[in-house]
Amino acid sequence: MASPAPAIPLRIDSVVKRFGDLTAVEGVSLDVRERACLGLLGPNGAGKSTLIRSIAGRVRPDSGSIRVFGQPAGSAAARAELGWVPQELALYPLLTCRENLEAFGRYQGLRGKALHDGIAWCLEWAALADRAGATVKTLSGGMRRRLNMAAGLVHRPRIVLLDEPTVGVDPQSRNRIFDMVAELRGQGATVIYTTHYMEEAERLCDTIAIIDHGRVIAQGTKEELVEHSFGRRSDVLMRFASSVENAAAWAAAHGGTLQEGDGGVAHFAVAQPTDIAALLDAAGRDGLEVIDVVLRRPNLESVFLQLTGRDLRQ
Amino acid sequence: MIAAIVLNGFRALRRDRGAMILSFILPIAFFSIFGMIFGGMGGSGTQRVSVLVVDEDRSSVSGRLVQALLQEPSLDASTHAKPKKGEPIPPDYSATSAEAAVKQGEVPAALIIPNGFGAHPIAMGPGTGSPPIRLLHDSSDPVAAQMVGGILQKVVMTSLPDTMAKVGMQYFEKASGGLTPEQRQSIESAMSRIPNAPVQGGAQSGTPRDTGFIALDVRDVVGEKHNSMIAFYAAGIGVMFLLFTASAAGGSLLDEAESGALDRILSARVSMTTLLAGKMAYSALLASAQLTLMFLWGAAVFHLDLFTHVPGFIVMTAATSFAVAAFGMLLASVSHTRAQAGAVATLLILTMSAIGGSMFPRYFMPAAMQKVGLVTINAWAIDGYTKVFWRDEPIPHLAPQVAVLIGAGIVLFLIARRFARRWEYA
Repeated sequence: MASPAPAIPLRIDSVVKRFGDLTAVEGVSLDVRERACLGLLGPNGAGKSTLIRSIAGRVRPDSGSIRVFGQPAGSAAARAELGWVPQELALYPLLTCRENLEAFGRYQGLRGKALHDGIAWCLEWAALADRAGATVKTLSGGMRRRLNMAAGLVHRPRIVLLDEPTVGVDPQSRNRIFDMVAELRGQGATVIYTTHYMEEAERLCDTIAIIDHGRVIAQGTKEELVEHSFGRRSDVLMRFASSVENAAAWAAAHGGTLQEGDGGVAHFAVAQPTDIAALLDAAGRDGLEVIDVVLRRPNLESVFLQLTGRDLRQ
Repeated sequence: MIAAIVLNGFRALRRDRGAMILSFILPIAFFSIFGMIFGGMGGSGTQRVSVLVVDEDRSSVSGRLVQALLQEPSLDASTHAKPKKGEPIPPDYSATSAEAAVKQGEVPAALIIPNGFGAHPIAMGPGTGSPPIRLLHDSSDPVAAQMVGGILQKVVMTSLPDTMAKVGMQYFEKASGGLTPEQRQSIESAMSRIPNAPVQGGAQSGTPRDTGFIALDVRDVVGEKHNSMIAFYAAGIGVMFLLFTASAAGGSLLDEAESGALDRILSARVSMTTLLAGKMAYSALLASAQLTLMFLWGAAVFHLDLFTHVPGFIVMTAATSFAVAAFGMLLASVSHTRAQAGAVATLLILTMSAIGGSMFPRYFMPAAMQKVGLVTINAWAIDGYTKVFWRDEPIPHLAPQVAVLIGAGIVLFLIARRFARRWEYA
């Protein structure tokens, strides 16, 4: 008799979570395969953190189910497999790096050598070995972020939930965090990574789920998402000297979009680069002064704009 | 400019409930508490002193004195224990049982009228053969013995005027070398007109004379203590600050909830019950350490007799620490922010400390206030420590205090656990 197929790391099935009148997560279904890195990409308030917290067992869905290696989310078995890094700096500010790691390791049930080894690995991974005895309040912002990540991984979980781990850090620290995530993946961890920075999702994740208003509106690799939204078309960005209202109306009339906060930049999807000439002619005829034109391959931001009509950072 | 600053201050105050409570509610609450304790809530304002009276003489003179003491409005005198509902009146106290009652802190003083008192009731100086009335007292209440002694002298003057006059003349006659028959007849005629019935109540009371017409043998039955009030203040002040510490320790839950650490902890293998129990254990250990330090300081600096009372100290410290730790947990679990918890803690702890006897002994308070004080952790803890350090009572006698403190701790913890459900899941 053949042994049953191993359970996939994470299966989310039709999960709905409401807070009063607000539906934070609405019928989300996702499967995450082993060693994958799934990016949850969406603007602030899209429902990414609620979904992550549901996986971590901290939010109880109103309906639907979440299974971690076949175990219900929130169960002891599921918790042991998960390492959750919350968006907040959830640390003890008066304890040292080592003491924080020891505390969270013990909360995960580690003792003795397993705890010692887990702490040592975390300090190396987060490049904090030389600051092991420093209290959290004496660390830089980037170091705190790295320690925050390490505190969720002392027990070496197989699935790592990273909820916007680069919020508020400088570019150098951000790169360091990217390296840490890459190292995790290299060691075989399955990673779920939420962000509203499309560069991060593009760089780190092999599959991306775009979330807006609590729903997954598109899912796939970056190339699949771009192909699905743009086909072979390219993204044209045009900046106008005219008022935003006039430019927005004109862009809409010619199949483009221009949102407030875009700095007066309209987006168009064109099949051929030569289509730009037609757009420039039309603008000239309609009395709009174009001051800048950029042709680029569509990226995830373009996909999001195409799908929602809004910018990721709004 | 200044007006804008003032306006901003009031606007911020209006939206800060904690500051509002501290600014307006706390002073009124304290004013009311102190008013009730020292102002008697509009009553006479004078605290009656409880005293037991034992009549070993059973003479008519001693009987008149006992009746006068029972009717003295300044005293809450009794010759027997208060009967329980539906039960017959208990027998009168004996000298032994009255002394035991004082030792156990049931009353602060007892008067024992000895055999032979009726024959020689009045002492006109030392060595006059008058058997002294014994005043047994508990020096943890230093006021009671002074009051009872003074009131006794007054009661004698007002209840035994004929006896006083008679004995006085005997002394005069002895000192003056004898009276002529005419003088004696005249005096006896005058004395026959002195009423021998006790004066009712204290309406005609005069100022007690320090010289003393009654020979009084005053004895502290609880024993000689070094710095008698140190144990009381160590316990009283200690418990008050323990409550503050416990509320701060409990407040770490709110810090962790705000920082997200609580979420992270609960996403690990730690249940809410385990977390609360752990926090409470830390808080209780911290409280125990604080109390130990206070009593050690008391022993080192104020000669508090700690080292002969170690078992009782450990029992009371464990029970008190458990109760205050649970109080801290409850405070944190019902509060939404650290600031709110701080304001509520200040209000509650100062109130509990005032009525529970941390600021001044409860026996100074009216009887009603003393009963109200029993709803506080402070009162039970202080009573227990007093039993240990003042009355030298054995550990089994601490059962009521320990039971109440442990019971209160369990109930407070269970309520805290119920409120903490809001942190468990979203």
